[in-house]
Amino acid sequence: MSAVAPRRKGAKESAATWSVLDRVGLAACWVAGIGLCVVCLAIIGFMFVKGIQYVRPDLLFSRTIASSNEAGSGGYFDPLVGTLLLIVIGIAIALPLGIGIAVWLTEYGRPSGLARLVESGVEVVAGTPSIVLAIFGLAVFQGKLFAFLSFTQQGGGVWGRSFFTAGIMMSLIALPLIVASTREALRSIPNHVREASYALGKTRAATIRRVLLPGARPGIATGATLAMGRIAGDTAIVILLLGGSALTTQGNVPVLNILKGGGSTLTTFVYANSPAGEGNKPDKAYAAAFVLLVIVVALNFGLDLIGGRRGRTAWTK
Amino acid sequence: MDEVTSTAHRAAAVPPPVRRIVLDDQPTVVTPGANGNGNGNGTRTPAVRFAASDTAARERMRVEELTIAYAGRVAVRDVTLPVRQGEVLSLIGPSGCGKTTLLRSLNRLTELTPTATRGGRIALDGQDVDELDVTLLRRRVAMVFQQPNPFPMSIFDNVAYGLREQGTKRPGKRDLAPRVEEALRRAGLWDEVADDLGRPALRLSGGQQQRLCIARALAVEPEVLLLDEPCSALDPRSTQTIEDLIVRLRAEVAVVIVTHNLQQAFRVADHVAFMYLGELVEYGPAADVFGNPRARRTREYVSGSFG
Ligand SMILES: Nc1ncnc2c1ncn2[C@@H]1O[C@H](COP(=O)(O)OP(=O)(O)O)[C@@H](O)[C@H]1O
Ligand SMILES: [Mg+2]
Repeated sequence: MSAVAPRRKGAKESAATWSVLDRVGLAACWVAGIGLCVVCLAIIGFMFVKGIQYVRPDLLFSRTIASSNEAGSGGYFDPLVGTLLLIVIGIAIALPLGIGIAVWLTEYGRPSGLARLVESGVEVVAGTPSIVLAIFGLAVFQGKLFAFLSFTQQGGGVWGRSFFTAGIMMSLIALPLIVASTREALRSIPNHVREASYALGKTRAATIRRVLLPGARPGIATGATLAMGRIAGDTAIVILLLGGSALTTQGNVPVLNILKGGGSTLTTFVYANSPAGEGNKPDKAYAAAFVLLVIVVALNFGLDLIGGRRGRTAWTK
Repeated sequence: MDEVTSTAHRAAAVPPPVRRIVLDDQPTVVTPGANGNGNGNGTRTPAVRFAASDTAARERMRVEELTIAYAGRVAVRDVTLPVRQGEVLSLIGPSGCGKTTLLRSLNRLTELTPTATRGGRIALDGQDVDELDVTLLRRRVAMVFQQPNPFPMSIFDNVAYGLREQGTKRPGKRDLAPRVEEALRRAGLWDEVADDLGRPALRLSGGQQQRLCIARALAVEPEVLLLDEPCSALDPRSTQTIEDLIVRLRAEVAVVIVTHNLQQAFRVADHVAFMYLGELVEYGPAADVFGNPRARRTREYVSGSFG
């Protein structure tokens, strides 16, 4: 309930009295928690140290140059822009769709057969490996109908690969995360809050718009952050639907020419330059991996602040 | 859908029509005139008219032979009650006896429960509530809930919420400021929040939140104010503040308060209705119900607290 008296401090229970098994269990919990922190620091530290000579701010803004010489191959401007563009396109599509689906499921959800169908649909998309989404996307976007999203080769073949097509498939990766977090947030708003709005003569639409969506905002922000991380981390869709090249433009309409063109992201850049890829510029790959890591961590902290997750008091059920 | 006996307008002698209430379905009453008097022009007259008596001037609402069931299980049975302006009516009774159900039916919130069905009549100023547009009805009969439930927006926007058009922020701050201030003053919250109305309402304390909910309800200038155990989640000091507030409000609006705290009912109520297992056992002036109850059940229940 609301006010709870401060608990009086007595003698602390000591783990020394526990059975051996319990003590081992407790120790394991400590080790697991601390171990995770160590692993996390190790990843960041390793990437930093290995790629330190190329972890340089100026490389963020210099174009990538195709060269077999590591020092002369330019910066990661192209893949960085690629990653950010895909995040923006993917979220821009998935956010309204995902919120819409979640609102329909929680606030309407009728007929219930259709609701179950939508629910399973979202689950299937969530469980589909992104390489499957990617090859499906390629098949679809090479159709004549979608020629406007990429470029058409001489002879009429639709290329099917562009920031548009990759971004659309990325939105499918983001969608289930946004639907799930929005639903969870809406469900956690007690019913009497909705009724309080109806009791002021408001319609259901007005209640959703002015009470429920603002109330669900922190949850939606969490889902969007997770989704951005997933988009930034995906490689399969980039390789199949973006090409993994430097930024290429199609046509002369500004912005649109970039979106219709191909490119790469930090993930494919790391892959291509790693010892496993063709470029074999491992230090640059480590440096780019470090940059990718920093972006994802920054996304998490940034949205934490915007979403206002902190200092909010919830309603009593 | 409606089962109405065609002679219903000879009022009290006829059993009440049973109406099934379906969510998202406009519950209406077929007026007897439509098939009897042959005026057939589609106009609907209020299905219920109450005889003018000496108390009618002050009587804002009237519940007649009200029966409410959830999926066939009766929660309120055959209750007849007046709600008068200038006095506080308190509904008391053990948990689960149907107090909340009765209260929620007064502004048709029971319709939000798909399994709920209702029979009998509820009138506001002589007009059947089923005849009124539900959004207008709910502004005239406002409600405060058991748990404080401010909306996730600023203090100002909470109070302005009911005054604004559906789903918008119009009219703007400047136009609404005087009415928001007045509502906050009436709810006794103004002095505590005046310096920062832009603060999120959910940061207020529980007692302040509940008074904000009262201000929010008062802002739409209702004729009847329904309160469902408004103090049950609050500390004694906030409870005191809200009780004082209820007593002051009585002159301006008809107040119906549900409480399971008999001391509270005794302090704030002018009339008391005691319910038991869905039935209205006793209704009368507070002094009589508490001091000299007629029914044995009332006596037993009341003596538990005043013994
Ligand atoms: N939404 C509902 N669905 C089914 N039964 C309900 C619902 N709300 C209340 N009831 C039942 O109706 C009866 C009266 O409940 P309520 O009006 O809440 O009582 P009170 O407010 O006096 O405690 C109880 O038996 C309760 O279980
Ligand atoms: Mg109740």
